[in-house]
Amino acid sequence: MLRLPNFHYHVPATVAEAVALKAEHGPHASYVAGGTDLYPNMKRRQQEPHHVIQISQLRELHEVRDEGGHVRVGAGLTLTAVHQHERIARDYHALAEAAESVATPLLRNMGTLGGNLCLDTRCNYYDQSYEWRKGINFCMKKDGDICWVAKSSPKCLAVSSTDTAPVAVALGAAIEVTSAKGETRRIPAGDFFRNDGIDYMKKEHDELVTSIHLPAPNGWRSSYMKLRRRGSFDFPVLGVAVFVKFANAKGAAAKDAPVEEARVVLGAVFSEPTIVHGAADALVGRPLTKESIEDAAEAAFKIAKPMDNTDYLLSYRKEMVMPFTKRALLKVM
Amino acid sequence: MSAKRSQNDGGASSRGSHRAGEPTRVVGKPLRKVDATDKVTGKTLFADDLVRPRMLYCKLLRSHLPHATIKNIDLGPALAMEGVVAGLTGAEMPIQFGILPVSQDEHALALDKARFIGDPIAAICAEDEETAEAAIHAIKVELEPLPTITGIEDGIKIDEPRIHDYGTRGNVHKVVNLQFGDVEAGFAEADHVRDDVIFFEGNTHLPMEQHASLAEWSADRKLTLWSSTQTPHYVHRALAKVLEMPAARVRVIACPNGGGFGGKSDPFNHEIVVAKFAMMTGRPVKVTLTREEVFYCHRGRHPVLMRIKTGVKKDGAITGMHFQSALDGGAYGSYGVASTFYTGALQTVTYKIPRYHFQGIRLFTNKAPCGPKRGHGTPQPRHALEVQLDKIAEDLKMDPAEIRLKHLTPPDSVTANYLKIGSMGLGECIRKVVAGSDWKNKHRKLPYGRGVGIACSSYLSGAGLPIYWNHMPHSGVQLKLDRSGGVAVFCGSTDIGQGSDSVLAYVVAEVLGIDPFDIRVVTADTDLTPVDLGSYSSRVTLMTGNAALQAAERARELVAKAVAEKLEAKVNDIVFADGRVFRASNPDEGYSFAKAVQYAEAKFGTIGTVGSYTPPRSPGRFKGAGVGPSPAYSYSAAVVELDVDPDTGAPQVHKIWIGHDIGKSINPLLVEGQVEGSVYMGLGEAIMEEMVYRENRNMVHKIPSMLEYKSPTTFEMCDVETYLIEDPDPNGPFGAKEAGQGPLLPIMPAVANAVYDAVGVRIDEIPVTAEKIRRAMRDKERGREGRFGPTKFPDVDWGDPLVVPPPWEGGDGKPLEEEALKK
Repeated sequence: MLRLPNFHYHVPATVAEAVALKAEHGPHASYVAGGTDLYPNMKRRQQEPHHVIQISQLRELHEVRDEGGHVRVGAGLTLTAVHQHERIARDYHALAEAAESVATPLLRNMGTLGGNLCLDTRCNYYDQSYEWRKGINFCMKKDGDICWVAKSSPKCLAVSSTDTAPVAVALGAAIEVTSAKGETRRIPAGDFFRNDGIDYMKKEHDELVTSIHLPAPNGWRSSYMKLRRRGSFDFPVLGVAVFVKFANAKGAAAKDAPVEEARVVLGAVFSEPTIVHGAADALVGRPLTKESIEDAAEAAFKIAKPMDNTDYLLSYRKEMVMPFTKRALLKVM
Repeated sequence: MSAKRSQNDGGASSRGSHRAGEPTRVVGKPLRKVDATDKVTGKTLFADDLVRPRMLYCKLLRSHLPHATIKNIDLGPALAMEGVVAGLTGAEMPIQFGILPVSQDEHALALDKARFIGDPIAAICAEDEETAEAAIHAIKVELEPLPTITGIEDGIKIDEPRIHDYGTRGNVHKVVNLQFGDVEAGFAEADHVRDDVIFFEGNTHLPMEQHASLAEWSADRKLTLWSSTQTPHYVHRALAKVLEMPAARVRVIACPNGGGFGGKSDPFNHEIVVAKFAMMTGRPVKVTLTREEVFYCHRGRHPVLMRIKTGVKKDGAITGMHFQSALDGGAYGSYGVASTFYTGALQTVTYKIPRYHFQGIRLFTNKAPCGPKRGHGTPQPRHALEVQLDKIAEDLKMDPAEIRLKHLTPPDSVTANYLKIGSMGLGECIRKVVAGSDWKNKHRKLPYGRGVGIACSSYLSGAGLPIYWNHMPHSGVQLKLDRSGGVAVFCGSTDIGQGSDSVLAYVVAEVLGIDPFDIRVVTADTDLTPVDLGSYSSRVTLMTGNAALQAAERARELVAKAVAEKLEAKVNDIVFADGRVFRASNPDEGYSFAKAVQYAEAKFGTIGTVGSYTPPRSPGRFKGAGVGPSPAYSYSAAVVELDVDPDTGAPQVHKIWIGHDIGKSINPLLVEGQVEGSVYMGLGEAIMEEMVYRENRNMVHKIPSMLEYKSPTTFEMCDVETYLIEDPDPNGPFGAKEAGQGPLLPIMPAVANAVYDAVGVRIDEIPVTAEKIRRAMRDKERGREGRFGPTKFPDVDWGDPLVVPPPWEGGDGKPLEEEALKK
């Protein structure tokens, strides 16, 4: 069987202790919550931290708090807890949908919201054992210096494969991090990621994601659609998260109201969740109609550049951007 | 015996129980498996659960290059590591092995050449698994890359470098060319001829249990190997050969298999390596493969490119068929020669084919070796045939169910290629699924996006010939009756989850009138049990069932004689039932089974009987006639109903109706389990599973993991309605035929046919994925042909055919001599 490498295992009592440990042991130490991402990667020697810092026991990461209309969701909530949370399921439906679509019930019972947001980027040249990767003489993400997805690429093209991040970006959520210096900052989810398969998060290595801040619900709607071969547990190979706010939004009466604000975010086609600005342009100022949805989907299709490093042919994944964007928008119509 | 009584109680007598139609008490009842409680409570010990004192752990170093000359292997740095006990390279085990006598092309560890990524080239055993793992990375290996042979086209065209220095030529492992009648004449008299090229991608078994083996060397120089194998007898032979040991000193015990499906039917490198290590170190040595290594062991479904040309009359009657297949064999022979013949063997057993020409070619390529997976070589051609028949039915404006029903191969007949058909229940299978699915109101009548498809199949109930030529039985059973009343059954067969241990108990219990759960079943141990060839080719129920039946009837006769003497009754008045042996004409007169055995033991001495089974000889007398014959053929028909999402092309199978001609269910619950399991596996092959490599990236396996090798979970599984058709076959025990493989075969073509019914596109390539459907739909929207699949079959030098006239042209099963051919 595949076995874990040896490592030092730390169980801090507080967030402050956790971040101090991380600062002490450097960029090659790793936080772990549910372990559903890190441990399989360690078994395959994709990640080889000598120090692993357990954070799932930290109570402060498990709270869901109302902060004057905003909701602050602790990063340590399991994905099961997220999608089963009454308030989240009601007001942040897309987030609940996304959380519920991650992996299997067993993995969702362990995996956390913070873990899914920070999920390592994926690529089927990288998500392989050490022995397998030896067969291609490794790649730039681990042990090698070339990107096999596109040999001329200067950067790693591993794919952002988180379901919750595109939703967080679409909702305009903020991700709260705490550093070893004791500083806490909120980074807009749209600024949190970077289109680089290796360096895909803009947080400092010691910074710990402690919570996610969701905007107050005031009539906007959201949805999430996910392409994968098996609904039972696959990672997304295309995700579409949409957020639509109507002018004078008053629920059902808003049917013909023009769209005031919109965000369409694609997951799993780049190394970061990607906002389709052209889609917002197509939607804002018009009522949400089949025509405007068609235009928005067209804009999404145009920018999507999936590569040959996940399940499904890349041409198919690109083609699916249209129907999936349409369906995500139809769900909020 | 009182016939009246027998009728009144609906089955008091077990006498003559193997005769069809007589009432039974155990056979035919939905009993639990004899090993069910151990399995569900976690008590079953699989090979990896075994632990011995002072056990060492073994790891194999596998080639990271797809084709390379081994220049040097230096174990030194690994052997110097603390905790490392021993190391091995190929030089220490130079004798070749392989499952077929004609393909002894494997080394326990590659000797001079590595032939695919994953080919074992060195091994280490150490005090713990982590150390062994670290040590294999310390081995210094010098490999010199060789050009690779990537697939069928390469194998046909590129002769150098050769992957092996044997075979037909270049990288062609085997060519088969068999002609039964003048097919061209058949096409000439046809009203319609179809010519299709269809590709079936390879896929693997994906058993839940990864292969594991544990070897032990005793102080008196005897070797024991516990292993997750379906064929302990063949492993026994391979160990004796490679290790140069008398077979009498080698003992192989097959542990219960956590799934086999054909993937544990070859002798494997790791089995030989741990045995050698045990001999070297004097300590027990265990190896447990990782999931990735299981992908490299493979021996799964061959990728097969097929060309099928069929002539038909207006009513769909076939006038001739020319079938060509090209198999991507991977890096070793394995069962490949048999697989090649199988791609041409069973076309004739479902529908009448008066003239038949088969040409097959197997190529060596630098990929994990292919071999037998559930259906062994027959699902691919069956798929092509059933898809083509669907097209022919449409061309002729016939209902695809009707065209099949009209032209069934008759029972008790001999086919053009000399297969002897016994019972044949396919018609009833078709009628059941047609009625159950409401076919007539659905086919071509459902709204766009929803469709139904039908397909049929047949499979062997055991191969007619053994792997190696011999005149001995294929299966043996010993029975021990103890004076306590205990009965033990000894048989070499291996329970891989299919329920073969249970079948032994049911059969013996039926004959001796005792409770099957009182019987002790000892199987798959070459020291303790008589030879059974193994759990492959769906042979076990029929062959060990018949052997068990014979042994039990012999025991029954001894006990009946002793009891008759005590009761002063006639032997044929003695009945066995409910744990008693008694006078049929006066049931109160009799003894408990234990007492009856005591009388028998007093009269005859220790009571032990044996039974064995050898299949009947088949009528074919030509080279190649050994592949295809079976004592009995099972039949299946399936209707699939599915949706295709018009925007995404994604297929969603809702329900499958399947009829299976089982002859007679020894246990209908287990038969249904096998049928549903086959449907499930077939569904995976139909819509998602594929064993694929990156040709432009050093031939790495693209997705050797449970996560990325897509196989359906329970969520992707559809509803299944199973109909068991019982028409007892005279060659089966109680009339039983196979259930483990045949029901898989109709699923893939039925899915492809249903996709056409749903959205009007033909996907002539397995798996039928959303991408391919969507591509074909888009082509069709743009006015092109709505089809996805290969368009041509490569040119092959087939050589001269072996010409065997079919029985109706005066053939006697022998090939024509050259003289006759010239005429």
